[in-house]
Amino acid sequence: MAEEKEEPEKEEVKEEEPIEEPKIGIYVCHCGINIKNTVDVDAVRDYAATLPNVVLAKDYMYVCSDPGQEIIKQDIREGRVNRVIVAACSPRLHEPTFRKTCISEGLNPFFFEMANIREQCSWVWEDKATNTEKAKDIVRSTVARSNLLEPLEEKEVDVVPETLVIGGGISGMYAALDIANAGYTVHLLERLPSIGGHMLQFDKTFPTLDCAACILTPRMVDVGKHPNIDLLSYSEVEEIGGSVGNFTVKVRRKPRYIVEKDPVTGAIVCTGCGLCATACRMKKIPNEFDLGLGMRTAAYLPMPQAVPACYTIDPEKCIMLTKGKCGKATLESTGEAIKRIKSGEVTVEEVKDEIPLCVATCGPNCIDFDMKDEIVELNVGTIIVATGTDVIDPALQPEYKYGVYPNVIHGLEMERLLAPNGPTQGKVIINGKEPKDIVFIQCAGSRNKQTGYEYCSRVCCMYSIKHAHLIKERIHDANISILYQDIRAYGKAFEEFYDRIKGEGINFRRGLASEVYQRPGSDRLVVRGEDTMLGEPYELEADLVVLATGLRPSDGVEKVVRLTKLSQSADKFFLEAHPKLRPVDTAIDGIFVAGCCQGPKDIPDSVAQAKAASSASLIYLGTGKAKLEAITSEINEELCTGCRTCEALCPYDALEFDAEEKVMRVNEAICKGCGCCNGACPSGAASMRHFRDRQVYAQIEALTEALAPPS
Amino acid sequence: MEEEKGDFEPKIVGFTCNWCTYAGADLAGTSRKKYPPNIRLIRLMCSGRIDPMFVLKALLNGADGVFIGGCHPGECHYIKGNFYARRRIAALRTILKQFGLDNRVRSEWISASEGDKFARTMKEMAEEIKQLGPNPMRDKIL
Repeated sequence: MAEEKEEPEKEEVKEEEPIEEPKIGIYVCHCGINIKNTVDVDAVRDYAATLPNVVLAKDYMYVCSDPGQEIIKQDIREGRVNRVIVAACSPRLHEPTFRKTCISEGLNPFFFEMANIREQCSWVWEDKATNTEKAKDIVRSTVARSNLLEPLEEKEVDVVPETLVIGGGISGMYAALDIANAGYTVHLLERLPSIGGHMLQFDKTFPTLDCAACILTPRMVDVGKHPNIDLLSYSEVEEIGGSVGNFTVKVRRKPRYIVEKDPVTGAIVCTGCGLCATACRMKKIPNEFDLGLGMRTAAYLPMPQAVPACYTIDPEKCIMLTKGKCGKATLESTGEAIKRIKSGEVTVEEVKDEIPLCVATCGPNCIDFDMKDEIVELNVGTIIVATGTDVIDPALQPEYKYGVYPNVIHGLEMERLLAPNGPTQGKVIINGKEPKDIVFIQCAGSRNKQTGYEYCSRVCCMYSIKHAHLIKERIHDANISILYQDIRAYGKAFEEFYDRIKGEGINFRRGLASEVYQRPGSDRLVVRGEDTMLGEPYELEADLVVLATGLRPSDGVEKVVRLTKLSQSADKFFLEAHPKLRPVDTAIDGIFVAGCCQGPKDIPDSVAQAKAASSASLIYLGTGKAKLEAITSEINEELCTGCRTCEALCPYDALEFDAEEKVMRVNEAICKGCGCCNGACPSGAASMRHFRDRQVYAQIEALTEALAPPS
Repeated sequence: MEEEKGDFEPKIVGFTCNWCTYAGADLAGTSRKKYPPNIRLIRLMCSGRIDPMFVLKALLNGADGVFIGGCHPGECHYIKGNFYARRRIAALRTILKQFGLDNRVRSEWISASEGDKFARTMKEMAEEIKQLGPNPMRDKIL
């Protein structure tokens, strides 16, 4: 024990090597004429040479060029300087460049500093004299800081070569397949009994009219059979801890009450024959996959193409699980009988009164009513969040009477009516008959301050145009109107598709409906509104009104936010690290987003993001290393009073209270270096590296140096 | 005091986050927006790093104005650092009011895409501080 304790102390002593006395080299850049024309570069150089610990000051045409960098390298190599300042452009542009220059000569990159005399000086004012004074101030402030810089270490951690993908829709599946094909293990988690997501609910896809199921189901099978994909269907994430390279995840596998695979051999047990569903007494349960338009049994497969092809018993609908009794059988008698059947003591026929009908018909004996939740623990290097989307509640616009009249439906319900695997086998039937007059109302829910969804959902224009075409295919004499405010046909081949459908006799009318009501004494609907093109009111009769509802983040999103601490944008979709250049990264290293959970998008965009997120993940998995932020916070334990002010402030939960020592501790693997703790610490114990109090105060002092009146 | 109100060049110290306002200031430069050269920025990673003492220190040292810039609410690179900055500055203002210094401190949310807003803010601020005259603390510096 004693020996173990001594070791870290030795290390600490090692770290505290004295920092060499600063020998600062300043390189003032002309940037061609960009700086030189409006700043007196020679004056700045000569002034810089007079500042404390500045041993040399040079100017050069383009310091960032190869010969420019060579001047710096030579000065470092020959021991003239051990701190480098380049007075040139913004550190946001060339700090990484010059840090590399320092590294190549063995100088710690955090001894490099930039004085921004271009973007924030030479480019924003024309008077050379005042600009030169400003540039001198900026250089003086940078020198003050440079004198107090410390070497920092960019630590690396090993990356567990596995990824967790949350969500088994089209995005999650593609992300999983790419990573699995690259040879790494993927855990693909889906909260529903089958993967596939919303895409499987569609009939055809715009603008190509590909059959959604035909292009999706082969991929679902690939996912289900891939040796590198561990498919965790009917499961939810319960806990996420750790950080990039090594996240620890707890997954709860919900009981299906039907054995999917043999726990030992992994062999498939439930063959998906469906006899249990045929036998099930509970036959009138609205099927979620058909949005309640069709029925299922309590023992069910959500859709015929389900992967895994394993039945599930709905614990909220199965009377054996809710009431403990089904027919003459009870939970106890069933458990007992199943044991006896499995041991070969009795035949199913002999105990058929003691077991429910599903157990009696199940050939492989895979029904188990005693199944419990199972917690699976995973270690993964990266996480891809692909939790997808749901439709905005159409009832938020009560004037459209969704939920009041059965012949007002939303876009996804229309998909199910059109789909050959849907409740009507693809026949458009509403209120028991084929509708003739059909009205689509665009932007239902979206682009609306009242509903709270101000954004454009990006897919509704195109799916309504597609629906119109598909209805026309089935009901040739259908009279279809699309009420819109703008048609957004922005994607590849979208405009051409829109053009084609316009030629099919679809009536496009600009001006959203203001209300929908039923013609008294009939089930015909009347849609009223104003045509903003003609500037006159319209009144359309309809047998069916389809609300082109927009997309919102799926229901599970709040839970994922709580577990991952990912941030959301104002529209509640996940916030990417940069809207243009880092569209699938998040503020948390090692966690990526893909698909509609980041914002509404169509299938090709979702797949593109999935492939981007998997490639971003593969950088970590392939190199096996993740760099940790070097600019992190540190707690001086002697000063820390354990007030825990910083603990509540930390946006990343990187600060933990050590109850024994009564001090705070920083988890440097999680700390992102914002410095919120440093800004609030009442005792000065929390200190952010590279932006320490003394470094900032030195800059303030330098900038206000000459302000006292001459004495 | 030699310098008269409205006829002096104020010295303004700015504290900005690296991701939004400092980048916005860079964009003002890249797009060649012009604003008077009274401001000198100190770059921090996040406005949440700003200790109210920084502002006090600058004012007590004689800076005529202090500018604080961060990301727009909800857009903080570090999730919520700008909210802390906002709260701290609000609390600091109540103290500064007692000394008549609160109108020398201005905070703005300026995103990386708002170079124009940065330039405009700098122009306005330089004008405002010129009207206020030099920081009275300048005379009291020992």
